[in-house]
Amino acid sequence: MRFRDYLSLFLVIVLGFIIFQAFAGRTDDSLNIKQFGEVNLNERTSIHYINKDVNSETTPIIYKNTQNPESGSSNYVTSIIANYRALDTLGEITVLFIAAAGLAFVLGEHNKNNAFGSDASFIVKTGVKILFPLLFLLGIYIVVHGHLTPGGGFQGGAVIATAILLKFLAYKDYKLNHTTLTILESFAGISFLIIGLIGLYTDGSFLTNFLATGTIGTFFSAGIIPIIYILIGIKVGAELSGIISNLINA
Amino acid sequence: MMILSYLLILLMIIGALAAVLFENLLNSIISLGLISLIAAALMYILKAPDVAMTEAIIGAGLTTSIFIFTLIKINRGDSQ
Repeated sequence: MRFRDYLSLFLVIVLGFIIFQAFAGRTDDSLNIKQFGEVNLNERTSIHYINKDVNSETTPIIYKNTQNPESGSSNYVTSIIANYRALDTLGEITVLFIAAAGLAFVLGEHNKNNAFGSDASFIVKTGVKILFPLLFLLGIYIVVHGHLTPGGGFQGGAVIATAILLKFLAYKDYKLNHTTLTILESFAGISFLIIGLIGLYTDGSFLTNFLATGTIGTFFSAGIIPIIYILIGIKVGAELSGIISNLINA
Repeated sequence: MMILSYLLILLMIIGALAAVLFENLLNSIISLGLISLIAAALMYILKAPDVAMTEAIIGAGLTTSIFIFTLIKINRGDSQ
């Protein structure tokens, strides 16, 4: 290690200590940062969100019993991602789309072989043969059950892309059809926007949950949330697979 | 559970230092994947399974592989 490395390590430690000091020991009223456990939540805006359940305002929610709550998803993270803050999610998948498009613009030639030059060993190929359908199925399961269990479109799409990455690692000549990827991606993006516009037409605000939310905890529930999450899953899976394919075949 | 958290955080700091200090870039990338994997375990301990899944799949799986492919592309697999 050279002197420069020690110097930068020292500077990073000093900077981290300063930041830690600024937030840990501070009890000023000007910053409104208090010691852990001494915050009076009644003064904060967040108390309204803590008191208000994601699904209903007053009555308790009973699993597989309550009918038509506000947003019928039993995984409340999904409620926020695909319903309350769905516009943010639209922005996120747009960012991912722009990243994939930029990569394809720089590296997009699909007529070369992959980076490794040869097939993987027999053991890897057999393992991939077994793992690929299982991983693909797991990805679809995570996407489809996004409103019931942890996970959803982003995670499931990434699992599907990982399954395709395994195929690329095992076989030298494996190619993805980029036309199919483009069609899937465009279909998912346009359907997302159309669902949002239907909400705008029927209920007066973009991406409102305009369908009936059903019984909480059942598979067919939560209105548009599973539809939007499946579309996100298709889009993320197609985009990440395209990124991997462009990187390996460039 | 508290001791396990401290242990994981210590491992994370070691991984971060290793990622910076390794001469070989491939080792640095693998250390980065290790950091993401430990972060996923910490997220699970903090009762955020959604974030833990994202971190484990994207941080430890996809990002590591994309970095490695980029490394192959720019022909800098050997140490500088």
